[in-house]
Amino acid sequence: MVLLKCPICGNDVNVPDDSLPGEIVEHECGAQLEVFNSNGKLALRLAEQVGEDWGE
Amino acid sequence: MIIGVSYDLLRWEEKDIITEARKSGFKAIPIFTKDFYSIVGVGENHNELEADVIIQRNTSHARALTTSLIFEGWNYNVVNDATSLFKCGNKLYTLSLLAKHNIKTPRTVVTFSKDKAVDLAKKIGFPAVIKPIEGSWGRMVAKAVDEDILYSFLEYQEYTTSQFRQIYLVQEFVKKPNRDIRIFVMGDEAPVGIYRVNEHNWKTNTALGARALPLKIDDELRDLALKVRDIMGGFFLGIDIFEDPERGYLVNEINGVPEYKNTVRVNNFNVSSYLLNKLREWIKK
Repeated sequence: MVLLKCPICGNDVNVPDDSLPGEIVEHECGAQLEVFNSNGKLALRLAEQVGEDWGE
Repeated sequence: MIIGVSYDLLRWEEKDIITEARKSGFKAIPIFTKDFYSIVGVGENHNELEADVIIQRNTSHARALTTSLIFEGWNYNVVNDATSLFKCGNKLYTLSLLAKHNIKTPRTVVTFSKDKAVDLAKKIGFPAVIKPIEGSWGRMVAKAVDEDILYSFLEYQEYTTSQFRQIYLVQEFVKKPNRDIRIFVMGDEAPVGIYRVNEHNWKTNTALGARALPLKIDDELRDLALKVRDIMGGFFLGIDIFEDPERGYLVNEINGVPEYKNTVRVNNFNVSSYLLNKLREWIKK
C-alpha cells in the first residue's frame, strides 16, 4: 500500500501499490478522490464530477 | 498481442479488460486520457505507443471521440473508431441511418422551433418523450403527458448549455413492457445481452435503478443486432431495443462505449475475455 494524503481533509489515505491513474477512492471524510500520476508518483486529487456527456 | 486501453475513469470494465488481457498473455497498456496529449503535425513523433489495437473506454463521449480521432490519425486500430462513435453519440444521426436502412425505431420528430415541436407531438400522441440529441444515462429525458408540459420541457432545454439546445427531438412513448433490451455486438457476433427491468420508473437505464436479467437471444434479435452493426460500423456496440406490442423490436439507441458490469454478473459471461478473443481474430486477419 502507498500512504497518501487526502487533499480535502489532510488525513492519511492508503492506496494499493498497483493503483492506476483514474482509479476512484472514497475517503472517510466524504471526498471522492481520483488517483493520478504526479511526476512519476501516485497522488490524489478531487475526482471529476459526473459530466454532461458521461456514460452509456 | 498488445492492447491499449484508452480511459479517463477506471471503472469495473476497464480494470476487467486489463486483468483479462494479462491473464490471456497479452500486454495491456493503460492509456489515461488526462495524462495524454498529441502534437499534430507532419514529422511529429507519435510512435512511443506500441499497440496492435486500442480499446476506446473513455466515459466522456467528447474524450472518447477525440482520442479515437487521434489514434486513427496515427494509424492505430481503434475499437470503436471515431466515425462509429459519432454515429452512436448523436441520436438524430443514429435514427436517420437506421430509418434509411429500414430498421424500425420509435416515431421521432426533430424541429427547430418549440411551437412546431408541440404541433408535431400532437400527431405522435401524448405522452411524448423529449430527449437531448446527445446524452446518456437517461439525463434530461422526460415524459410529457400533455402539450403544456412538453412546452415547459422545451423551454428548459433552450436554457441548457447543450450545443443542440435549439433543436428539439420528440419521440413517441413506446408502450413497452417494464423493460428494454441491451444486446452486445462484438465483431461478427451478438453473444450476450440483458433485459433492463424497472417496475418503478419508465426509464430502464441501469444507471437509474433498473435491474438486469439474462436475455435469451433469438434469431430475430441476433440478426437485427448484426444488421445494426453493419449500418453503424464499430466493433463493440451495446444496442438498446424496445419491444413494441404491435410492431415488434424497435431500435432505440446504440452505445459505442458500452458498460457491461451487470451483463457479466447476471449472465456469468466473460465479456472482456470474449471481446479480446474477437479482437485477436480480427487482428490476425
